[in-house]
Amino acid sequence: MDLSSIRKLITRYCTGEESWVDSRTVYIGQKEPPPGTEAYIPQRFPDNRIVSSKYTFWNFIPKNLFEQFRRIANFYFLIIFLVQLIIDTPTSPTTSGLPLFFVITVTAIKQGYEDWIRHKADNAINQCPVHIIQHGKVVRKQSQKLRVGDIVQVKENETFPCDLILLSTSREDGTCFVTTASLDGESSHKTYYAVQDTKAFNTAEEVDTLHATIECEQPQPDLYKFVGRINIYLDRDEPIVRPLGSENLLLRGATLKNTEYIHAVAIYTGMETKMALNYQSKSQKRSAVEKSMNAYLIVYLCILISKALINTVLKYAWQANPNRDEPWYNQKTETERQRHVLIRAFTDFLAFMVLFNYIIPVSMYVTVEMQKFLGSYFILWDDDMFDEELGEGPLVNTSDLNEELGQVGNLFSPLQNCCQSHYWFTVSVLSSSQVEYVFTDKTGTLTENNMELRECCVDGHVYVPHAICNGQILPGATGMDMIDSSPGVDGKEREELFFRALCLCHTVQVKEEETVDGIKRGIHQGKSTSFYISSSPDEVALVEGMKRLGFTYLRLKDSHMEILNREDEMERFELLEVLNFDSVRRRMSVIVRSSSGDYYLFCKGADSSVFPRVVSGKVEQVRARVEHNAVEGLRTLCVAYKKLTHEEYEETCHLLNRAKLALQDRDKKLAEAYDVIEKDFILLGATAVEDRLQDKAADTIESLHKAGMKVWVLTGDKMETAAATCYASKLFHRNTQILELTTKRTEEQSLHDVLFDLSRTVLRQHGSMTRDTFSGLSGDYQDYGLIIDGATLSAVLKPTQEVTSNGGNYKEIFLEICRNCSAVLCCRMAPLQKAQIVKMIKASKERPITLAIGDGANDVSMILEAHVGIGIMGKEGRQAARNSDYAITKFKHLKKMLLVHGHYYYIRIAELVQYFFYKNVCFIFPQFLYQFFCGFSQQPLYDTAYLTLYNISFTSLPILLYSLMEQHINMDILKRDPTLYRDIAKNSLLRWPTFIYWTFLGVFDAVVFFFGAFFLFDNTTFTSNGQMFGNWTFGTLVFTVLVFTVTLKLALDTHYWTWINHFVIWGSLLFYVIFSLLWGGIIWPFLNYQRMYYVFMQMLSSGPAWLSIILLIIVSLLPDVVKKVLCRALWPTTTERIQNADKLYKGHLSEFTPLSSLHAPPVRKHDRHGNENQNRTHRRSDSSPPKKLMCTYWGGQA
Amino acid sequence: IMASSYGAKEEDGHHPGSAGLGGAAIRTKKPDNTAFKQQRLPAWQPILTAGTVLPAFFIIGLIFIPIGIGLYVTSNNIKEFELDYTGTDMSSPCFNCSQSWNSTNTCKCELFFSLDQPFESNVFMYYGLSNFYQNHRRYVKSRDDSQLNGDERSLKEPSKECEPYRTNENKPIAPCGAIANSMFNDTLDLFYIDPNGKKRPISLTKKGIAWWTDKHVKFRNPGGSNSNLTTVFKDTAKPVNWHKPVYELDVDIENNGFINEDFIVWMRTAALPTFRKLYRIIQKNNDMTPTLPRGNYSLAVTYNYPVRSFEGRKRMILSTISWMGGKNPFLGIAYITVGSICFFLGVVLLFIHHKYGNRNNSSDIAS
Repeated sequence: MDLSSIRKLITRYCTGEESWVDSRTVYIGQKEPPPGTEAYIPQRFPDNRIVSSKYTFWNFIPKNLFEQFRRIANFYFLIIFLVQLIIDTPTSPTTSGLPLFFVITVTAIKQGYEDWIRHKADNAINQCPVHIIQHGKVVRKQSQKLRVGDIVQVKENETFPCDLILLSTSREDGTCFVTTASLDGESSHKTYYAVQDTKAFNTAEEVDTLHATIECEQPQPDLYKFVGRINIYLDRDEPIVRPLGSENLLLRGATLKNTEYIHAVAIYTGMETKMALNYQSKSQKRSAVEKSMNAYLIVYLCILISKALINTVLKYAWQANPNRDEPWYNQKTETERQRHVLIRAFTDFLAFMVLFNYIIPVSMYVTVEMQKFLGSYFILWDDDMFDEELGEGPLVNTSDLNEELGQVGNLFSPLQNCCQSHYWFTVSVLSSSQVEYVFTDKTGTLTENNMELRECCVDGHVYVPHAICNGQILPGATGMDMIDSSPGVDGKEREELFFRALCLCHTVQVKEEETVDGIKRGIHQGKSTSFYISSSPDEVALVEGMKRLGFTYLRLKDSHMEILNREDEMERFELLEVLNFDSVRRRMSVIVRSSSGDYYLFCKGADSSVFPRVVSGKVEQVRARVEHNAVEGLRTLCVAYKKLTHEEYEETCHLLNRAKLALQDRDKKLAEAYDVIEKDFILLGATAVEDRLQDKAADTIESLHKAGMKVWVLTGDKMETAAATCYASKLFHRNTQILELTTKRTEEQSLHDVLFDLSRTVLRQHGSMTRDTFSGLSGDYQDYGLIIDGATLSAVLKPTQEVTSNGGNYKEIFLEICRNCSAVLCCRMAPLQKAQIVKMIKASKERPITLAIGDGANDVSMILEAHVGIGIMGKEGRQAARNSDYAITKFKHLKKMLLVHGHYYYIRIAELVQYFFYKNVCFIFPQFLYQFFCGFSQQPLYDTAYLTLYNISFTSLPILLYSLMEQHINMDILKRDPTLYRDIAKNSLLRWPTFIYWTFLGVFDAVVFFFGAFFLFDNTTFTSNGQMFGNWTFGTLVFTVLVFTVTLKLALDTHYWTWINHFVIWGSLLFYVIFSLLWGGIIWPFLNYQRMYYVFMQMLSSGPAWLSIILLIIVSLLPDVVKKVLCRALWPTTTERIQNADKLYKGHLSEFTPLSSLHAPPVRKHDRHGNENQNRTHRRSDSSPPKKLMCTYWGGQA
Repeated sequence: IMASSYGAKEEDGHHPGSAGLGGAAIRTKKPDNTAFKQQRLPAWQPILTAGTVLPAFFIIGLIFIPIGIGLYVTSNNIKEFELDYTGTDMSSPCFNCSQSWNSTNTCKCELFFSLDQPFESNVFMYYGLSNFYQNHRRYVKSRDDSQLNGDERSLKEPSKECEPYRTNENKPIAPCGAIANSMFNDTLDLFYIDPNGKKRPISLTKKGIAWWTDKHVKFRNPGGSNSNLTTVFKDTAKPVNWHKPVYELDVDIENNGFINEDFIVWMRTAALPTFRKLYRIIQKNNDMTPTLPRGNYSLAVTYNYPVRSFEGRKRMILSTISWMGGKNPFLGIAYITVGSICFFLGVVLLFIHHKYGNRNNSSDIAS
């Protein structure tokens, strides 16, 4: 958000300080207000031009260069390059300049092209016509000429050109439907309302006569927040003041649906629209791999600097003798001689830095990014993760140049974003390969979020929709209380009130079939052609369920909700107020007036938020039933009502309006008002909605467990419901000892005592293995499962001054408990609390890698907080998917994502990083050693071409392809045996010992290359014609050994040899030979030195050179091979055992062999002992028909 | 939190009808089920186990040890004789010459030595320098390859790299640079002292001491076919330390100027501070007599090249050459050592393979 504040400042500066106010006044139709009102302060607003492009023609080069050199790596290479340019350095500036230039140019061209496309898109959108009402006529204008205050006419399926306040619509009730799919991803149709007093102005002429001003806040990025008010000047002097909220605000980018046309007034234009304000980049997440890489870089930078320092010091020590510094045969120039010794020393230091700078190569960054970018395609391409039903595969959060999105005022280039997101996407896959904690949402993630009303309970009587609907008792319903045939007059009345309440208390919309695009799903074939849509699937399930119970919600018409009761009579209720649902209150209410003139307030919400507000009703029976249902894993809601007198209603209205009109703290005031209004309820009953477990959710959780991950379920649901889901999904087993840390317990004991009790329980088990087994099973160790609820959690997290006996605070004790629990369930979580938990675990002292997975908007905070955020493209819109690092279609895909892709990515990138450092140690260390034999004169060992091309072409492709193709273990085995994941957990391949091993291997190889060549060259003839070789042949010999060794080293590490690997490994060696032949083959006219002329050929013509090359290669590779073989034979890792076994069984291992026998004691042991609940829920989900037709329309993406 | 959650990176407004570009195309349709995309390309999956590398180790051992022995024997058969004529010792005949540096009159000295064994085949005569940093960076780059390639412009205007040996008295130096300037200019003559005590000069061939490509391609005299080098080099100065200009290096036109082989040999800078350079070749004249029979010899040195200032040494080396070059026991020993190590490791691995290999592979699975 930094950028926006900067932009604000700039805007403030540009528009002048005096015109900056916290709110803006908009004159509708650009008409000045009638005299006598406030003074007309002209405010300057930007035009409606969208600028998503980043550069202009003339600022492209400087700005782009600046952007690129802000990256540390690029900057480092730039500095090296500049040093080479300025001082006399051993290598020509081209050696570092050329690669840098290449990288910079390619990036610049890419970004330039993207920007050009954006310019075109900007122009297209800025010039696209909009209809503006001027002087009672509809005028076409270019979109960019739209100004604040213009009245705009938008037709159906058109996109709003800027942020608008809805004045009137073609519908009489002043509503319109809008889909915000391109804004927040929710493709459901949302209803927006015209201001009541302007909705009559629904023709161009009429709307032109409107005289009104709008006062509203200055633009801010929150899409769902808007406060303002409209002053309508009718004939009277005193204007009518009406509140404006987000329900009146049509956002740029949203599309008008199901409404012929609307009139609206522009309030935020151009770059001030909420959409434009929103497209800012998110801070990048850094993976553990990247952190390791940076740590290594620092180590190498230190090595580099110390090498340069050592050499500089030695140089001056050695040069103390003037005959060494300047022997007669090698005089300095006059200018050199006159230079101050300190300057000379410093220049020498820089020259050494330049000489050794290749130890941190440009190409490493390029290769890593290429690997990440290209590698992510394997996930996109993965057939197993493709969801037939949704028609979508996994989603990498990349930029689609969707025509609508190209117009988005995003301030960063799509391609750059694309790369970035690709970048951090894969980065997160990488870190996901070391995930230790998985935080998962329940609804829509573990479960399908495909809701169906199971039963409802009115005053303790249970109704099952199917049974009623079909007129007979279904087998599944046996044993349940059926409708009491004679509930009594009172009961009957309550029952109907309950049904009506559910029919009225919701925000469901009815969609007529013919006006609908997308897949059509009728509620009831033949009977009705309409169906329900809503942002909450529970509501639809409820309304549908009511339909099956005989009460059909028809439509909302002229503020009247029409329902069809059991006798097929139409009942109309005037909808007076809707107290919308929010996740803090966890309930919603409506106030309606029945045709008989009675005022009712119906409320439905979570039991915990409704029961405390209930004053009468059969609370106990309902509560019992609710709890019973919750234990079964059903989502329960309680329904209550109260009757209002007219006076009460007036008062309520007043209260609400006052809150709604407030410009400041409106949310807070509204919440207070709701709190006052929603009380003294009479309990009607409860509903139970079933949400089935997702396909293979339990299997996935089990796999994650086996892979050594701790799975936490964070849900907003009730404890009992969530616990039941946990049992069903095998998060808790029958013999898991459940530890409760809930409000219920903390009411009895103080939080302090409870925490200590629990930690004692957990630790006791930890200390002595001879504890009595809770379940009577002789398990190896006791599984603990913790259940904590939101209220207790916030108490735990509250910073306490009180220091407990062992010095820690609650948080630490809590973490200690969590650490010893295999599964944790957090229920009743507010979205922010989810993020808090993730943050807490992230910050705990082991610094574990966390992964959060969820599907709804309430999971966004958690997804953003975790190291890896995964969104599920579920039914609750696409917010989670949009904000995630990557999105999948089903929870079960997490398994392949982590266990296969994550695992592969990790070993690939780990090898990539280690190998890169290794090959550059091999490359540079001989140069370092050479300094001792050339008088510390910074003489390079290799020719410039070799220095330049070593990392770019001789050794780049094999490792890149390795890092894309390598599969150390068969994919199926990885999937079958999650425990293999433990082999790579905790960044094991990038730990310091491994790094040090690689570095030492590199140093060893370098020593072998250099001294091998040294002893061969030492004072002897190399050829059979007695001629001597010079220093360039020496360097070429070392270099040839080097290229072959590092390439063959990679070949030895490659376990998965496809034709591509063969091609690049042998191809790049061949390329090296051909290049060298060519490079030395002719006198290059453009070069001012011909030092390499025939050097390579002469070397190859010498027998000893061949022999020594072969010898040195073998000696260099020997230790690594021996180490590999010995480790595999003596201390094999699980991975290696599996590889051996796989080899033995010729790839049939995956089908026939029990993998668990290959490694440490199997983890699985309690599976057979199903829990009662678990069994029941299981049976339920098993017996239920494969998949019901979704009775609702969830989104446009089907 | 909403603000942050909407401060999002990318937009993915997904429209059923709209065919998005790029990634959208990938997402909206089922991915191709090709082996490459599904990462199921057929692959050879070798594993480095004791069992698999065992044969390789034995093979390497079995190949390397004979090669090593062969190399060692070859190296031992090479005759090499080294004679230090720096003259640092008072007793050395060249002591006087080595003391006087920069004297214009040439100093001559003669050293006597005897060869215990006859040198059978062609003998190569080298001069060796120690502690001479031909690989110093300032030195290595102090040359102008285009000048040496016969480029007229570079002849007039030598490269900046040649500083401070670029111009002398406002005339460009040809050949410029420190390397050329410090060209080795001792003259070595070899005499065989036959049993009668009579000194017989040994004919030294100066052809074929430089790389063929250097002599014929890389180094060219300026002026093309103009055989009169004196006019070609008219406007240039000789290198400061030289006694005579470049066009007087030899009388033979094919070995004069830049294509003088001694000069070309010197211009190929050595890799290490102690180096030897081919000076002359003593051709074997007939099959019967050795090139250099056993006996006494004398080396007549025209001592011009000062090395004492940098504690250098000068040597004359006589060596025969085999197919593997000069005397170099290191390569043979290295081959034998590596071969033995591989063989030994092979045995160790065999043991390990028998002890652990089977356990890993079969018993675990059977259990």
